[in-house]
Amino acid sequence: MSEIFNVSTNPHVRSKDTTQTIMRDVLIALAPASIFGIYNFGIPALVRIIIGIVTCVAAEALYQYLMHKKITVMDLSAAVTGLLIALNIPSSLNVGFEIVGCLFAIIIVKQLFGGLGQNFMNPALAARCFLLIGYTGPMTNFVCDSSFAVDAYSGATPLAILKPGSEVVGQSAPSLLDMFIGKTSGVIGETSVICLLLGAVYLLVRKVISLRIPATYIATFAVLIFLLAPGHQFDAIYMLQEVCGGGLILGAFFMATDYVTSPITPNGKIVFGVCLGLLTFIFRMYGGSAEGVSYAIIFCNLLVPLIERITVPKSFGKKKPEKKAKEAA
Amino acid sequence: MGKCTFKGGIHPYDGKEFSKDKPVKELFPAVGEMVFPLSQHIGAPAVPVVAKGDYVLAGQLIAEAGGFVSANIHSSVSGTVKAIEPRTLATGGKCNSIIIENDGEFKEVEYTPKKFEELSKEEILERIKAAGVVGMGGAGFPTNVKLSPKNPEAIDYIIVNGAECEPYLTSDYRRLLEESDKVVMGLKVALSIFDHAKGIIGIEDNKPDAIKIMQEAVANEPDIEVKPLKTKYPQGGERCLIYATTGRSINSSMLPADAGCIVHNVDTIFSIYMAVIEGKPLTKRICTVTGDGVKNPGNFYVWLGTNYRQLLEAAGGPVGEPQKYISGGPMMGFAMYSLDVPVVKGSSSLLVFKEDVVSKIEPSACIRCGRCGAGCPSHLLPAKLAGFASKNDEAGFVKFDGMECVMCGSCSYVCPAKRPLTQQIKAMRSIVLANRKKK
Repeated sequence: MSEIFNVSTNPHVRSKDTTQTIMRDVLIALAPASIFGIYNFGIPALVRIIIGIVTCVAAEALYQYLMHKKITVMDLSAAVTGLLIALNIPSSLNVGFEIVGCLFAIIIVKQLFGGLGQNFMNPALAARCFLLIGYTGPMTNFVCDSSFAVDAYSGATPLAILKPGSEVVGQSAPSLLDMFIGKTSGVIGETSVICLLLGAVYLLVRKVISLRIPATYIATFAVLIFLLAPGHQFDAIYMLQEVCGGGLILGAFFMATDYVTSPITPNGKIVFGVCLGLLTFIFRMYGGSAEGVSYAIIFCNLLVPLIERITVPKSFGKKKPEKKAKEAA
Repeated sequence: MGKCTFKGGIHPYDGKEFSKDKPVKELFPAVGEMVFPLSQHIGAPAVPVVAKGDYVLAGQLIAEAGGFVSANIHSSVSGTVKAIEPRTLATGGKCNSIIIENDGEFKEVEYTPKKFEELSKEEILERIKAAGVVGMGGAGFPTNVKLSPKNPEAIDYIIVNGAECEPYLTSDYRRLLEESDKVVMGLKVALSIFDHAKGIIGIEDNKPDAIKIMQEAVANEPDIEVKPLKTKYPQGGERCLIYATTGRSINSSMLPADAGCIVHNVDTIFSIYMAVIEGKPLTKRICTVTGDGVKNPGNFYVWLGTNYRQLLEAAGGPVGEPQKYISGGPMMGFAMYSLDVPVVKGSSSLLVFKEDVVSKIEPSACIRCGRCGAGCPSHLLPAKLAGFASKNDEAGFVKFDGMECVMCGSCSYVCPAKRPLTQQIKAMRSIVLANRKKK
């Protein structure tokens, strides 16, 4: 008995998926929308994307280095946050503002709350909302200086035009086809529905996300718009324009599904999706701004612990607690 | 027809191609020491009925059941009792064992074959008990006790567990392929104990040839049905299997019999046949020796008490210097620090891995992806339970049904952050159980 072999408790095998492969899949899934954003808005969009990723990764590494923590940027979660921030700002936003947003997301929202897995709201969206409040003008000023684009997609976003009581006069909403392809104005990553859906399908096939949150979110929102939109009740075209026109697709598939800030329970995901749909409807129809997705997601992030508490799954084989009821009585 | 299944589960690499096409080979034990631990089953240890210096025959009773829940143990070889002393088991602990020096002559006691139709229910149970048959899937519950539920009238199904959902293992598969008739006979014997029971043989659909052979074997048996199961781990877990084949569900505070079911492993059913019809005690079993760390993986008919080293040699020896030796499957088996352990009634395999992947894993932060919950066959939230475990929060752990965990390992397997969820939950379970005992 000279040699002693390694022991460990079971299981002795592990799946190949890691946090890194999941984040890598998200980056791959965001690629079509990013590329379209660059095509649509030109070099400034590319610059914003690179700056977003670099700033977030660097900020995380630096913070962890200074705090004598293990540097975990290789899990790619900071890169995902950086890319999402870039996709959520207009291509014309001052780069300095973007960097501030990235630092806010990584340092304050993510690291100060304990790093990956501990943040209670989506860092990228928190940064977007932070910028929206702090720099409302630049964040809603969509100037397109694409050298590729034949038409200049500048000025009002489709949603601003569609908003009830819109002040945008003299512009009609772009055609549904343009919205679907993405030939509209907006933040870098939200315009092309088809590119976003392409990425979403990839995530679904790779089983990184399930349809629970995005499907209930979009369905709830669409139904509410169809039934209750002021001035546009039972207007299917209007409904589709609202679904395709803003950040809904980007938000529903890529940000509402963020693992950390969405419910872990299967039924909780459905409740979460319904809440999101309802809030987005209220914010867009009755709120001050044309957009509502970011605030809806941020707000629902805060509801997650409550949602999880009421949606704990029933364990297998659990019977109705008849005995307990009797004992209590 | 929809394949029978349950909600949850995972799809690990199944590794069966290493050994699935290797017919079972008899592995005669080498002349020398054979070790028979007195605890090869759940319940009280058996009590030796031989003493040092006694000469025993193969098939002779050497230790008898030490209580109601206990089992007889027989020598698998002929030879002299060398000692009765503690020896290391595959699970790592030590257990008092009878050591027999095998003389290599395999002189056997005389067996008394019987026709089971002529036996009463009590006689059948008595023959199963005498033969020391226990559950051979690993748990080792005495079979005669399992077949004597409080209310025999309420038993509707006897389910033969041919799922073999553990990756790499192929012993049950080979048994089904090579001795389908005896398995069916064994099941008929078990069914004859109950008035209303019907037989179900559940086999995962990654073994289509086994399904076909068994379907042919039961073609003339109206009371037995072969049910293909969806290939998914842990399809062969007792609760999952009962649900998949009958739609009935049980929890941790219930026995399968409470749902009118009794579940037996394929090899157990075979041993019932051997015990009742051929009158032979349980002294041999099929053991798969496999993994990327052995030269010639295969399935072996092994005499109980054989040293694991001999198993390894039978499979051509190790490839290089394997880092990990596992008794049982990769999901629920035991890693062994030494190969100087005997084959016992529950030893389904020796699995050898060139590389110990687990030792290189470093857990990272939970990203709350929920895969652990989606894979949990008990529909728990392992991430949350592990959180309670790390805080030593017993109340929270119990409130979130931590005690319903079947410790299948699925959550640890799927976790992308490689967190030791099963291990934490397992540890917490033992703490809760220990504290309950104190009260």
